[in-house]
Amino acid sequence: MESLTRQHAQVPPPIRRLDPQDPTPAAEAAPERSTNFVAAKRSIAAPQFSIRRMEVDKVSIHYDAKEAVKSVSLPIRQGEVLALIGPSGCGKTTLLRSLNRLTELTAAAKLTGSIRLDDVDIRLIEPTLLRRRVTMVFQQPNPFPMSVFDNIAYVLREQGSRRMKKKVLEPQVHSALQRAGLFEEVKDNLKHPALKLSGGQQQRLCIARALAAEPEVLLLDEPCSALDPQSTAVIEDLIVKLREDVAVVIVTHNLQQAYRIADHVAFMYLGDLVEYNSATRLFNTPAQDRTREYVSGAFG
Amino acid sequence: MTPGGPQAQTEELPVGLPGGLTEPPQPPPTNAVEGSSTWSLLDRLGLAFCWFLGLLFCAIAAAIVIYLLIKGIQFLKPSMLVTPAAAGFTEGESGGFSDAFFGTLILGVMSLTLALPTGVAIAVWLVEYGRPKALARVTEMTVEAIAGIPSVVFALFGTVIFSSAALGFLSRTNEGVVFGRSFFAAAAMLALEALPLIVASTREGLNAIPRHVREASYGVGKTKAATTRRILLPTCRPQIATGAMLGLGRIIGDTAIIVILLGATQNFSPVEGAPFPLNYLRGAGTTLTNFVYEASPTGNLNQPDKAYAAAFVLLFIVLLLNAATDLIHSRARKAGTWSH
Repeated sequence: MESLTRQHAQVPPPIRRLDPQDPTPAAEAAPERSTNFVAAKRSIAAPQFSIRRMEVDKVSIHYDAKEAVKSVSLPIRQGEVLALIGPSGCGKTTLLRSLNRLTELTAAAKLTGSIRLDDVDIRLIEPTLLRRRVTMVFQQPNPFPMSVFDNIAYVLREQGSRRMKKKVLEPQVHSALQRAGLFEEVKDNLKHPALKLSGGQQQRLCIARALAAEPEVLLLDEPCSALDPQSTAVIEDLIVKLREDVAVVIVTHNLQQAYRIADHVAFMYLGDLVEYNSATRLFNTPAQDRTREYVSGAFG
Repeated sequence: MTPGGPQAQTEELPVGLPGGLTEPPQPPPTNAVEGSSTWSLLDRLGLAFCWFLGLLFCAIAAAIVIYLLIKGIQFLKPSMLVTPAAAGFTEGESGGFSDAFFGTLILGVMSLTLALPTGVAIAVWLVEYGRPKALARVTEMTVEAIAGIPSVVFALFGTVIFSSAALGFLSRTNEGVVFGRSFFAAAAMLALEALPLIVASTREGLNAIPRHVREASYGVGKTKAATTRRILLPTCRPQIATGAMLGLGRIIGDTAIIVILLGATQNFSPVEGAPFPLNYLRGAGTTLTNFVYEASPTGNLNQPDKAYAAAFVLLFIVLLLNAATDLIHSRARKAGTWSH
């Protein structure tokens, strides 16, 4: 336990990679009606590729009489990070949760329109299967009350079974922890109770858990809102690294965060998708007045 | 603190602090604790009353335990736990209370075997499924109603049920007349008494698990059943243990059901001709609580020394169970919990 915390303390504060040849110079990106949103340049490299994995097509979601999401259409691509932003109650989390049919657990939610995963309507995919292909990380770090190893092993095993010995699962568990950048910190004691890790480590364990299922799409619901700035930076780095392996969708309240890590940003307001654009455009030259007001802090 | 105060300090201290930064003024070295001296008289009286009651109950509990401990050590002989009660004129002739001791153990195991899975299952259904809502509401009310029923009523009800011809195989029968008193009958009714405690405690445990933890499990493709088995039930193990402990306390502490449904004989009375464990379980018997009652000065046996010894054994069992529950709780604490 002590060795874990010490190791964590030794990780240097991550520094953003600064791109000297930024494709969008600030002068060009910020004309006279600048939102004054960010002084900093966008620092992540442009995506190497992008493959369309999911397609949200005119999706509306109703809770009884209330329409939480109103006819939203969006592409979700591997190789990119998509951020959903908007004020509280704008439907972004509902939209995110509908991508792996978690909204169905709330009996009242009704979805119209279609969401396709690799051109197959997700309503045709058995939910437990879908949720292994589209996994989710939540706002509160929520590892299961078992060891670090067992948290990952639980995902790898068949439903409630305990079969598949530790030895068999070891390589997969290690690789999931490595992909989430947690392995070095926990490798000496994989039996450590997961809930005794630090908040940032817990959240990376949750990401490792979500990755262990080998998903195609990773959904993150405000994954850093319960974390300190340093852990947030570590996780942001991780998310950017992951975008080539999985399509990443992140809901965030933190506009700076969306600007730092997202390639595309969707701004939602009262259930409507107001604007979907590349991060640079949406933050520096928004097409909609609403977006400009929101990103410049006029409301929200 | 220098006598000049913080102002003087800032002028002396710029060494090593760049950019004109100054150290925050050090708070005066006091040991200020919030005291009740500023409270109103009524609040202070209330606090004093709380202290008084707390200490009083500690004292009462300690008195009972210590008194029974002394008496128990004084009168308890290990042989009492293996010698059955016998008819006799002196304390030496009348044997021990082994039948009562084992009766308590048997009933505890039997009742808990019935009540624990049922109670946990009811709680899981209520919290995790609970549909249709009306049925859940009815179930809830039923469990609450059972919790309020006195055990004598259960006992009477039990005699009606277990004296029916169809259930004759659970007790002694004589020329077609069903006796209706047996370990089976008593265990079934005692289980009913323990059930609400187990349900309530398990529900509390399940409700304390944040919703996002369940969703995390569903979110990696686990079914509700797998989530319940591998995440939810292990997480609320301490609460289930508490429920079982409270239930067991009720079971081994009950006398009405023992007197009416177990026959309250001083010895086992196995049914002749039945195979081994069944002959005892279908027969009548007794428990420690009943023995304590009978051996007390108001009872038929009137041998208070043995009543103390038996009471001490009973208390010891309960304290042992408490310790076991605490152990489960402290293990769970070591595993950590979520922030809500």
